[in-house]
Amino acid sequence: MGGRGFPLLRLPAALAGLCLLLTALLPAGLRAGEIVGALSQNRVSLTANFSGSEILIFGAIRHDGTSEAPPAPYEIIIVIEGPRQPVMIWRKDQRLGIWVNVEAVGMASVPSFHAVATTAPLSQILSPEEDEQYRISVAHAIRPAQAVGAVGDPSSFTEALLRIRERTEQYLTLDRWVYLDRDILFRANVRLPANLTEGAYTTRMYLVRDGAVVHQFRTAIFVRKEGLERWLHQLAYDRPLVYGLLALALALLAGWGASAAFRFIRS
Amino acid sequence: MQIYLPIAEVSANALTLLGIGGGVGLLSGMFGVGGGFLITPLLFFIGIPPAVAVATGVNQVVASSISGVLAHLRRRTVDLRMGTVLLVGGLLGSSLGIWLFRFLSAQGQIDLAVQLAYVVFLGIIGLLMLQEGLRAWYRTSRPNPPRRKLHTHLWVHNLPLKMKFRVSGLYISVIPPLMVGMLVGVLAALMGVGGGFIMVPAMIYLLGMPTKVVVGTSLFQIIFVAAFTTVMHAVTSHSVDIMLALFLIVGGVVGAQVGTQLGLKLKAEQLRILLALLVLAVSVKIALDLLLRPDELYSITIPGRH
Repeated sequence: MGGRGFPLLRLPAALAGLCLLLTALLPAGLRAGEIVGALSQNRVSLTANFSGSEILIFGAIRHDGTSEAPPAPYEIIIVIEGPRQPVMIWRKDQRLGIWVNVEAVGMASVPSFHAVATTAPLSQILSPEEDEQYRISVAHAIRPAQAVGAVGDPSSFTEALLRIRERTEQYLTLDRWVYLDRDILFRANVRLPANLTEGAYTTRMYLVRDGAVVHQFRTAIFVRKEGLERWLHQLAYDRPLVYGLLALALALLAGWGASAAFRFIRS
Repeated sequence: MQIYLPIAEVSANALTLLGIGGGVGLLSGMFGVGGGFLITPLLFFIGIPPAVAVATGVNQVVASSISGVLAHLRRRTVDLRMGTVLLVGGLLGSSLGIWLFRFLSAQGQIDLAVQLAYVVFLGIIGLLMLQEGLRAWYRTSRPNPPRRKLHTHLWVHNLPLKMKFRVSGLYISVIPPLMVGMLVGVLAALMGVGGGFIMVPAMIYLLGMPTKVVVGTSLFQIIFVAAFTTVMHAVTSHSVDIMLALFLIVGGVVGAQVGTQLGLKLKAEQLRILLALLVLAVSVKIALDLLLRPDELYSITIPGRH
């Protein structure tokens, strides 16, 4: 996992972004208590050598113009949520000495990826009600109430979902990951893992004060397969017979070609 | 170097994949075994979804048997008639296996079924190879080996629907070869193997075929059944990963050529015993996964995906 500072490679993109932001700030200006943000890239291509991708999220906030007693500090929460998909969660139990899937709970729509990056631990900067309303922490984002299945204790299944996906780094909690500079500029580096699902990754940036959301800004990262990967995947699903015959032809050609080549080398 | 596999939808190390293909190819070249029964479990171990491992494993079987089939056809050591009967059984068995695969996937029990099948069959072939290897080792230390009977008549030969198999010199019922072919077809679809390890002993001991046509005829059946199963898996469950197959095949064909050369130079008996022990070890490893309490009792599947 990368640090939260700018890596060297990202500097040009980040600088360009900051300039853009400043020009946006100057003429029209942000109203008090507003947040605006941007991403170093909003397209991620899954190509043959894809091994994860680092995204720089940055932006600016504007404070209330009033010069009275210093208000409570602003905090920032960034949520990246991957495309939702249905899941089945299975529980194993011992039957006849072997461990077998015995019970399952289905959930119609849970995020394939969910990362929460904050300037301070979430429980210290956001009230539980606001957390639930905006579905910020992953425990709310998966909407545990939608779990259906003929089991005694569905909550143990939804907890297992969180536990497993936290371990595979599909669900991330990144406390103190957002760096806030002079209470105006913020930035965070979030690493997207290698096993990404295709689709839109909504990125929400919340400006928070006194445990409540003051303002939010939304954007998205689009993840899609590219090149050969995309072509093969589409062929496999759209024209499976052609794909199957292609797999067969390649196997025959490679198997026959290799032995012919070796025979040639030996003679 | 990490490679993103478009169908498995996971990244895997390219060198690991080449290594698995090459290592199994080396063994298959040295011992004349197909190797599908080692590739598929090794793919499980590195985290390839079982459905993709099975379907891609069977694709790899096509590549590893083509040169053998051509060589045997050239040498006319294939009983085409027997091969066709075995093949008809194989295609029926493969269709049944594909159906069973989809049914078990929907029930959430496919991983268990595949693992159980591997424990049982790897256990059996491991023990058979060990016994064979030990016997061969023992035999080489004796000057006059006892002669085996040319062929024996078994009750299965007297079932109805008799047919003449001239190349094998047999006049037997078609039911036993059909059943053998069918079993092999089911295993190909469920386990991603060629099935030679079941078919070759069955042809020798059950059907009483002469050993010189056994390997060619079994390869003839295997390549068609594996080809059919590959296409069926691609059509019904979209689980053949061409990218994964390509790495396994490239590693495999090179490994097999090196293995063939090595096999000519090395003393085979002791190596055969080592291979048997390796097969048994894989079987025990999978069995332990089923028997020991897993660290995580819960698992996640995504309906409609592997």
